[in-house]
Amino acid sequence: MTARPANARLSPSLDAAPAIQLDNVTLCYRDRPAVHHLSGCFEPGSLTAIVGPNGAGKSTLLGGLMGRIAPSTGHIGLPAALAGRIAYLPQQANIDRSFPVSVLDVVMLGHWGRLGAWRAGSAAHRAQAQAALAAVGLAGAERRAIGELSAGQFQRVLFARLLLQDAPVILLDEPFTAIDERTTADLLALLHRWHHEGRTVVAVLHDLAQVRAHFPRTLLLAREPIAWGPTAEVLQASHLQRARLQAEHWEAQAPWCAVPDGAAPARVAA
Amino acid sequence: MSLPAMLQAALIQPFVEFGFMRRALVACLALGLSCGPVGTLLVLRRMSLAGDAMAHALLPGAAVAFLLVGLSLPAMSLGAFIAALAVAALAGGVARFTAQREDASLAGFYLIALAAGVMLISLRGNSVDLMRVLFGSILAVDDAALLLVAGVSSASLVVLALVWRPLLVECFDPGFLRAVGGRGALHHQLFLVLLVANLVAGFQALGTLMAVGLLMLPAIAARCWAHSVARLSLVACAIATACGYGGLLLSYHWGLPSGPAIVLLAGVVYLVSLCVGSRDSLRARYFPNHRHRAA
Repeated sequence: MTARPANARLSPSLDAAPAIQLDNVTLCYRDRPAVHHLSGCFEPGSLTAIVGPNGAGKSTLLGGLMGRIAPSTGHIGLPAALAGRIAYLPQQANIDRSFPVSVLDVVMLGHWGRLGAWRAGSAAHRAQAQAALAAVGLAGAERRAIGELSAGQFQRVLFARLLLQDAPVILLDEPFTAIDERTTADLLALLHRWHHEGRTVVAVLHDLAQVRAHFPRTLLLAREPIAWGPTAEVLQASHLQRARLQAEHWEAQAPWCAVPDGAAPARVAA
Repeated sequence: MSLPAMLQAALIQPFVEFGFMRRALVACLALGLSCGPVGTLLVLRRMSLAGDAMAHALLPGAAVAFLLVGLSLPAMSLGAFIAALAVAALAGGVARFTAQREDASLAGFYLIALAAGVMLISLRGNSVDLMRVLFGSILAVDDAALLLVAGVSSASLVVLALVWRPLLVECFDPGFLRAVGGRGALHHQLFLVLLVANLVAGFQALGTLMAVGLLMLPAIAARCWAHSVARLSLVACAIATACGYGGLLLSYHWGLPSGPAIVLLAGVVYLVSLCVGSRDSLRARYFPNHRHRAA
């Protein structure tokens, strides 16, 4: 359980953000499980890191949380109150940076929930976008093309868009990969701000030192869930060792999984 | 003859004198207006080759209609529309459900379509019909064809206005569109329908072989002059309409077939843009402006 700090300033909509419950969830790529029988809960207002080797199913799990990938078995309890209110930071590799749009155009997309596909943004909306850019340290960059920015600057732009989205749940896929130290520190501060505002934040990360320093809770994934709980308990040597072995283990002719759909799986360690 | 009088005779008189030239001009202007933004999106979505393959798929559809009901514009347009959509669906399906790369399957379908179309038409038609379907004949645009072209153009602009934002977002950040509940696949399919409708409108004038010409060439030429999507579309519109007008004049004065004249003119604009355009051009590469700001 993650208790909310006393000084949290919550808008009523955020206060109501319910938990995201995972119940025996398996997400598959073809007939191979990318996430295998995962159960647990992202508490409202929690700040969770998802770590694990490459190919451990971390991004796939985010896809499941967003509703993009339907579980093969089990159930992801995404409360109706969250429908369309989950903000998502894609990996930079999945964005075409050569596309001819300006920084302001990208940040203004953060108003999507209010403007939708048709309505034009007002001067007030633009002012908010400019304020968000200033908050990520990019004041004055509104008219630059995204292709001109460095990876770090572009990540700041995407965080400005997240700021505008004002979502109760924020999912981040490798937000600090290939980002310099200074930018990472600035963006981590934003993450903490969201946490203090009571938003549920889930980030896929690789830097374990960073996770230990900044994330109260961790889910260690290696296709199978290895451990999920307080970071210090999850990131112990034996768990990390098991994750590594699990990730390297791959059988061409693995037998069909025998865990029945409705069965309550064993709770993961920690 | 004074210079203004010569210009008037060369640039305006043909349209004053002949009704078929006026109709052709209106068709070209209407086509150019929708080809600008649709072509820009086609290029930005990296679907230039797909557009070309679909244009070739018009041919067998039009040919089957031609065999069944003769030289009838509505029937041939409908046939072409259905055939091109079918090829789009097939190519998309092959790319999605097999290990084949989309470029390979598109090239495959485009060859099959072209061969089937030529075969079908040569079965019954004469070579004049074949030439007309392959290369178009804008000088024979009748009222029905004009209505079709204008209707497609108007509908394209209205639909684009409705789905412009999600279409653009789906191009460069599909993950975001999915996260905010946008229907990326739906918009993609809608765009394919728009594309095919524009190709069908274009094939009356330019023929199936070159229907994609007014979509592609102005859009890639525009990339040498503009950077934002809106400006790209406007520049592409301007180039497409200007080439339509210029191509008609070339065709009139020198007795050239109008479709190739229009597309060749667009090709010249593209090559010139590549050489002297203000960005992404040879000039920008080899004669860069070394002035730079202090920070």
